[in-house]
Amino acid sequence: MKEGRPRSFYVLAIFFAAYVLFLYGPMIAIYILSFQGPQGGLTFPMNGISTFWLAKLFEGTGIVDLGAAFRRSLLLGLVVMAVTVVLSVAAGMAFRRRFRAQSILFYSAIASLIVPSIITSLGISLEFRIVDDLIKRYFNENFETSMGLLTSGLGAHLTWTLPFGLLIMFAIFNRFDPRLEEAARDLGATPWQTFRHVVLPIILPSVIGIGLFGFTLSWDELARSSQAIGPVNTLPLDLQGLTTTVTKPDIYALGTVISAVSFAVITLALGTIHMLNKRQAAKGSDAGKGLV
Amino acid sequence: MDTSENILQQASPGFARGSDTARAAKAARLSPSFISWLQAGPMMLVFLAFFLIPLVFVVIVSFWDYNEYQLLPAFSGRGYTDTFEGCIAQLPDLCTIGKTYLKTLKLCFLVWAITLFIGFWVAYFLAFHVKSKTWQMGLSLLCTIPFWTSNVIRMIAWIPLLGRNGLVNSGLVKTGLINQPVEWLLYSEFSVVLALVHLFTFFMVVPIFNSMVRIDKSLIEAAYDAGATGFQTLVNVVIPLAKPGIVIGSIFVITIVMGDFITIGVMGGQQIAAAGKIIETRLNALQFPAAAANAVILLAITFLIITMMSRIVDIRKEL
Repeated sequence: MKEGRPRSFYVLAIFFAAYVLFLYGPMIAIYILSFQGPQGGLTFPMNGISTFWLAKLFEGTGIVDLGAAFRRSLLLGLVVMAVTVVLSVAAGMAFRRRFRAQSILFYSAIASLIVPSIITSLGISLEFRIVDDLIKRYFNENFETSMGLLTSGLGAHLTWTLPFGLLIMFAIFNRFDPRLEEAARDLGATPWQTFRHVVLPIILPSVIGIGLFGFTLSWDELARSSQAIGPVNTLPLDLQGLTTTVTKPDIYALGTVISAVSFAVITLALGTIHMLNKRQAAKGSDAGKGLV
Repeated sequence: MDTSENILQQASPGFARGSDTARAAKAARLSPSFISWLQAGPMMLVFLAFFLIPLVFVVIVSFWDYNEYQLLPAFSGRGYTDTFEGCIAQLPDLCTIGKTYLKTLKLCFLVWAITLFIGFWVAYFLAFHVKSKTWQMGLSLLCTIPFWTSNVIRMIAWIPLLGRNGLVNSGLVKTGLINQPVEWLLYSEFSVVLALVHLFTFFMVVPIFNSMVRIDKSLIEAAYDAGATGFQTLVNVVIPLAKPGIVIGSIFVITIVMGDFITIGVMGGQQIAAAGKIIETRLNALQFPAAAANAVILLAITFLIITMMSRIVDIRKEL
């Protein structure tokens, strides 16, 4: 291409800026509006500035017990994160070798990603309903339900996070140099030692990425939770419920808090990834540094 | 044994022999395929238990009977006949379900066209005009951040802007362009499409950007050298090479919009009927077989679209 910036650069730069404004503008509006004064409403102009609505959220005086929902979502997110990391790394390792049924697993993951969430959610709820019926009939008449946060809910979230985890693992191992493992093996490392001391430290930054992806995907997940979570609600479900009834800025305050948690988790993870990359660069190789 | 090992073996047969025998002894204990099963098995089990079996249940239950209180495990087509009730009698007019699907397809098409347009140019800008890798990373991250926060929050974020007393309306009234606040800005098809575009353009940008950065820049230079105009280069070089990304992004956006019921519910003021909404409504009425029947229909349509699109490109090869 020619030297200097062509005219299309400026046109597209403006287009890009407009897109970013479109992305952020509305969200920034509600973050600002959640600091409305006690008399404030759902729209601009601001009616005073205070943390009234945020404080109200934490008092738990709202329509639903948001504190409990907050803890449930946090717990579920952390469990989903852990399971996603372990299962994705394991499956990612498996995909480096040919094995039977690998295309079944691959297509299951892709299908799980693109089958509309409500169908997955409905299927899981039907499955557990039928299991419940069987338990009631054959074992215990008073049995309530096996659906719950860490059974059907966890499963529903994993069908969303695992495909992402697997795809990220593919990307990682596309760039991975297998000669490093070769070297470790030749130095007498067992497969586990090779994984623990060579492979894992190298892929760790991306694995943290998978964890953070898993957490935030679960933390914000709504469509798959809607039918499959059982008798309790997660925070996004409560938030969705509030959209039809609430006319006060506390819904914005809740939005701000949920966003703040997402952003905190991401900043933390990005920071850790950055630190690990720096450490790797510093300690990883002493090539070219001479003998002493 | 993988290829690099073979090469090593050929290059220095004496060197690798020792470790090779040790490995052979180990292989006798755990065969590689067994290890692969061990590694991939847990994920496969999760998909089996929470995705594949549930899908089978959706299909089975769609043929069950039901009454007001419970599921009746007996074969029946009631889920489907209830769905299409009165459709034949009403011909040539479309019945409710037909209209609903038509509306869903219309929303889907609108959102697809808009997200494709925005996504393509945003990706194009990032891939071809932003030269420094750091800037490219930074700007991509900028586009990704909103995706990390709850969809519902990003939906309700439109209320202060589009509402009856929102910024847009009060701005328009103040400038004298309109006398009365416009009502169709919020809780309308307009707001649904706007919110869907706002939420899901990201799914278009990422795959298109991915296939664009892989394009060899010298191809574009060659096109210019051969006398192609910018437009000709775009149509004959960039778009064909970015096609895989375009198709993958399109599949994401289309399947999401086809099954969406939350955005359509919240932004449509629970007034707009769509395929996903039917399922939700049936579920709220505890008519599980009817919900399942609708899910099967939705699934069939979605698969039809995906099959048509994946004919254009081999998804597996692109990942």
